[in-house]
Amino acid sequence: MRAAPPRFRPSGEAALLVALGDAIAPDINRRVQALAARLAAAPAAGLGATVPAYCTLLVHYDPAHLDYAGAQALVARALDALDEAPPAPARRVEIPVRYGGADGPDLDFVARHAGLTTAEVVERHTSRDYRVFMMGFTPGFAYLGELEARLAVPRLATPRLRVPAGSVGLAERQTGIYPIDSPGGWRLIGRTPLRVFDPAGEPPFLLGPGDLVRFVVDA
Amino acid sequence: MLRVDQAGLLVTVQDLGRPGYQHYGVPVSGALDAFALRAANLLVGNAPDAAGLEVGLGGLTLTALADGVWSITGAAPLAVTVNDQPRPLWTALYVRARQTLQVHQPAGGWAYLAVRGGLAVPLVLGARATYLRGGFGGWQGRPLQAGDRLPIGSPPDGRAPADLAGRTLAASARPVYGAAAVVEVVLGPQSERFHAGAEATFLASEYAVRVDSDRMGFRLDGPAVPPDNADLISEGMPVGAIQVPADGRPILMLADGPPTGGYPKIATVARADLPLVAQCPPGQGQLRFRAVAVADAQAKYRAQLAALRHIEDPDTWPG
Repeated sequence: MRAAPPRFRPSGEAALLVALGDAIAPDINRRVQALAARLAAAPAAGLGATVPAYCTLLVHYDPAHLDYAGAQALVARALDALDEAPPAPARRVEIPVRYGGADGPDLDFVARHAGLTTAEVVERHTSRDYRVFMMGFTPGFAYLGELEARLAVPRLATPRLRVPAGSVGLAERQTGIYPIDSPGGWRLIGRTPLRVFDPAGEPPFLLGPGDLVRFVVDA
Repeated sequence: MLRVDQAGLLVTVQDLGRPGYQHYGVPVSGALDAFALRAANLLVGNAPDAAGLEVGLGGLTLTALADGVWSITGAAPLAVTVNDQPRPLWTALYVRARQTLQVHQPAGGWAYLAVRGGLAVPLVLGARATYLRGGFGGWQGRPLQAGDRLPIGSPPDGRAPADLAGRTLAASARPVYGAAAVVEVVLGPQSERFHAGAEATFLASEYAVRVDSDRMGFRLDGPAVPPDNADLISEGMPVGAIQVPADGRPILMLADGPPTGGYPKIATVARADLPLVAQCPPGQGQLRFRAVAVADAQAKYRAQLAALRHIEDPDTWPG
């Protein structure tokens, strides 16, 4: 498939936003993450941190050293190089989950909503690999997709004030794990004993953009 | 070492932030008024990104446990005393062991306090800035309280305190802070979502900084400027981005704001003017926005950094 031409725009005077498409799709997202990886591996003078999202990459730059046109040229060159190199293989991460009960207070709701038994929801949730499309919301929170349509549920009308760290939730066609105790509106179906984010840990983050995640039942 | 004797509502350790973990969802954090922290550090001969203290409403009283060089910067009506004697702001001060340094902060702005050597708190994710919501960085991930004892690092070079004390940043090089600030912005990146009327309204109106604003962002009260379509696929955004949800009420993102967002952005505050925003007190402050070209915002930022060179070399400063 031919990739759509990139669209560049200023996001303030110290960052540029490059859009590689305008949809939530694995092939677009792979290019976004590959561009971020390329810029991180071969840092160009004046370019700074990048923030990959679903179909865009925000590239910070230092206006004391680069103007907008200069920053855009560096990112465009990295994009050209990208199309010649094969994509890096994704890292695979297995995440044990205790489903239902106090760990997953919304599992029954999800089952009713989908017209399935709770066992069938668990079986379906654990039956495919999810891609880390992007991270955000809180440190270490990975937006995982795509959830099968049958399991898609609306968010809570009133978010919980405190969702315990490790809780696994669903919202629309996404699933995710709360890294720290925080407010949250996703439907909780289980909880992992793994620590997803530990600021003093080595490494601090269990997941990164582009990883493939498989949930397994924690027996 | 310093000992905290009294701390107001929000005294935190801050540096210039941790930009390198935004792709993991970690906010940049760091000083809200980065210019004031940079200046405070340069005055005492530190690197500009050394860790200092950000002092909010209620001020701070501390005791120096060793001789050292300190500086305090920020917006009026801030004042500083050493053993109850008034001392100048934006100036390197020699403080003796067991002297008491007091930062009086009666209004809603921020003061920055730097000490020669910087605060030697542990690096967390590459920085010493406190991220309060995440509970990490700075001093145990929390605001300072009476009784805390913070370590001070070694000076970065061999300059004597006597050579540093008295250094100052000329008044003409300091930002002109105020509760009614005119702030330059770069429009976009979702200009197409705001029909011309909304953009014109945004630029022609005065916005009050709501009292429920914090280090994550300022909520603005004023004429609504709703986007034509408020659903945006989440994307990265810099500090200073002004998001507008469907209700049309702008939210100006600050240092502890998330690195990504799902609302259209009408504009982004120019870096050089973020200090003016940061020092605009919630519940009292009023902001007006003026659109500038990217190149103009960059020139202003470079000029602001150049003004700080005056500290090392006063002869270069024309004003």
